[in-house]
Amino acid sequence: MSEPALKVEHVYKKFRRGEMYDSLRDLIPALTGRLLRRNPKSELVDREFWALKDVSFEVGRGEAFGIIGDNGAGKSTMLKLLTGIMKPTSGKIVVNGRLSALIEVSAGFHQDLTGRENIFLNGTILGLKRAEIRRRMDEIIAFSGLEAFIDTPVKRYSSGMFARLGFSVAAHVDPDVLLVDEVLSVGDYSFQRKCVERMTQVIENGTTVVFISHNLRAVGNLCQRSLLLRRGTIVMVDKTSEVLKTYLAGEERETAHENHALAITNVTVHGQKGPSLQFQSRDKILVTVEARATRRHDDVSVVIQVTDDQAYPLFDTCTDRLGVEAITIEAGQRLSVTFEIEAVLAEATFHVNAFLFRYTTNAPYDRWSNAATFFVHGSPEVRGAVNLSPRLVACEVTGGSNAFGESALASLVR
Amino acid sequence: MSRTIRELVRYRDVLYMLVWREIRIRYKQSVLGMLWALLMPTIIVGAGVAVRFAFSSLSGTPTHASDIASVAVKSAPYGFLVAAIRFGTSSLISNSNLLTKVYVPRLIFPLAAVLSQLFDFLVASVVLAAAVLIAGVGVSAQLLWLPLIFVGLFVLVIGAAILLSAASLFFRDVKYLVEVGLTFAVFFLPVFYEARMMGRWESLVMFNPVAPLLEATSDTVVRHVTPNLGWLGYSIAFAAVFFLAALSLFQKLEPYFAESV
Repeated sequence: MSEPALKVEHVYKKFRRGEMYDSLRDLIPALTGRLLRRNPKSELVDREFWALKDVSFEVGRGEAFGIIGDNGAGKSTMLKLLTGIMKPTSGKIVVNGRLSALIEVSAGFHQDLTGRENIFLNGTILGLKRAEIRRRMDEIIAFSGLEAFIDTPVKRYSSGMFARLGFSVAAHVDPDVLLVDEVLSVGDYSFQRKCVERMTQVIENGTTVVFISHNLRAVGNLCQRSLLLRRGTIVMVDKTSEVLKTYLAGEERETAHENHALAITNVTVHGQKGPSLQFQSRDKILVTVEARATRRHDDVSVVIQVTDDQAYPLFDTCTDRLGVEAITIEAGQRLSVTFEIEAVLAEATFHVNAFLFRYTTNAPYDRWSNAATFFVHGSPEVRGAVNLSPRLVACEVTGGSNAFGESALASLVR
Repeated sequence: MSRTIRELVRYRDVLYMLVWREIRIRYKQSVLGMLWALLMPTIIVGAGVAVRFAFSSLSGTPTHASDIASVAVKSAPYGFLVAAIRFGTSSLISNSNLLTKVYVPRLIFPLAAVLSQLFDFLVASVVLAAAVLIAGVGVSAQLLWLPLIFVGLFVLVIGAAILLSAASLFFRDVKYLVEVGLTFAVFFLPVFYEARMMGRWESLVMFNPVAPLLEATSDTVVRHVTPNLGWLGYSIAFAAVFFLAALSLFQKLEPYFAESV
């Protein structure tokens, strides 16, 4: 029990950029050319890059572990190394137990085979034994909800049915370690619900889960600990909430135009009585966006967006929707816009994104993600992102001779 | 080697399902059904008969029934060789979606391709055996050589399939080279003719490790004589060495498969 389910030790992975010789027709002239020129300097050396550098971490048994990072941070490479599809250039990966991945789960399907036949085919590819599949066939078919079409070739399936069948097989593999990529978004709403329920059940059953996702909300909900990757190296391994905080704070400011003739210079959050980042529920919050122009712009619109701790957008508004249709700003001028918002929010951390748009075409001038962060201290009786100010107006138990309902309400109302 | 075998045993169900998939698809799609397995040998025998008639009308000697029987019994292993190498070569490319998504020992793909062709070979062999018996070719103790001959052929074909499947993943034109090679292979192999018809060039034909296996087939089945054990031994030794070399190369390259698809 003491040994971890997954152990990654000093893993490096190198890739080559650019095109390699992928046909004999190109390779043979290139080789003879190199021999004749006697030029030992390989062109490939300069084109190498490290997708992962010195990555080490451990995932304990029964733990749900998240891996987050921007595109190109090395998440997919990590996944491929963990599944064994690729080998690390150096370093060691130890998996204790059966590992299965929920990635592109319909990869093993064949168009001409029926749903049932594909369950067998894909099931074995994902690591099930044929006897296990036979035993759980009804369960898998029921999960997919495709009973009526199970003996139809999958080429007649819709893409949603295809994905559902794929997930249904993968969801019944019962590995010791499960790797999950962005697959929880297949099918319609009710099927997605079923998938998330299944995931939660899998985690509760003590399966180790490694969750690799852009969906910070899902990582935040499912994983206790997370790993943050940036350009192939580990930034931190810690509790998911801490990692998300670092990830969101470290996100660099993106500029839509390289020579931004119109740029956001500052975004500040303050209360009515001066600068503050701490608010109570229902407080008024002032958000000021300042910008600077190096040439004339006509129809500028300023947008602010409030997101929760997992970068999920909760709210946005902009100057044109609030009545100022288009702002004109001359070269050298400064723009300052202040919004007042009411913190109908529950206790949590919130972030402000600011954008400058061209009102007529919606083309972005500049954007600043996570420009400011503020905290709301709410009352303990609400949970979630917003505070809808609940109040108990009735609580009755009726029927029989029990008089409890009345007295309970009476004590509440006082 | 032992690690490879252990892995294949662990993933035997995947191998079984992949072979089953190929056979199922082939017989599902074709109206001919089981006749499909006989189509290739029939065409080969037909071509062989035409060639033998041309030979005999040139030389003025009549065509013997045993000549036709000889072409017929060689058509099955030859058909298997061509189909298995063709199919084996493309086995990794055609499964590239699996190669980059899920881990299964990659050796399974060329293996499954060859095994699924082996099924066709077995169907064709059964029908051929019946036809040869009805034609009155007879049986003898020499038939006991057949398992050894076919094992040699199988090992040789597996070796070629794993080598060419890996090569075609790294070099896209390998597929076309193999295609050209297989198209003209029939001229270099003693299928329509006997190696001994080449006179003093016989050894040159027999130098191709496939040739002694084909000749041994017709020797044991049709002519009821002991095959040339020297050449047969050479073929089997070649097959074993070639297979091991191909396997070790395949395993060296395996970590790079997913990156070069």
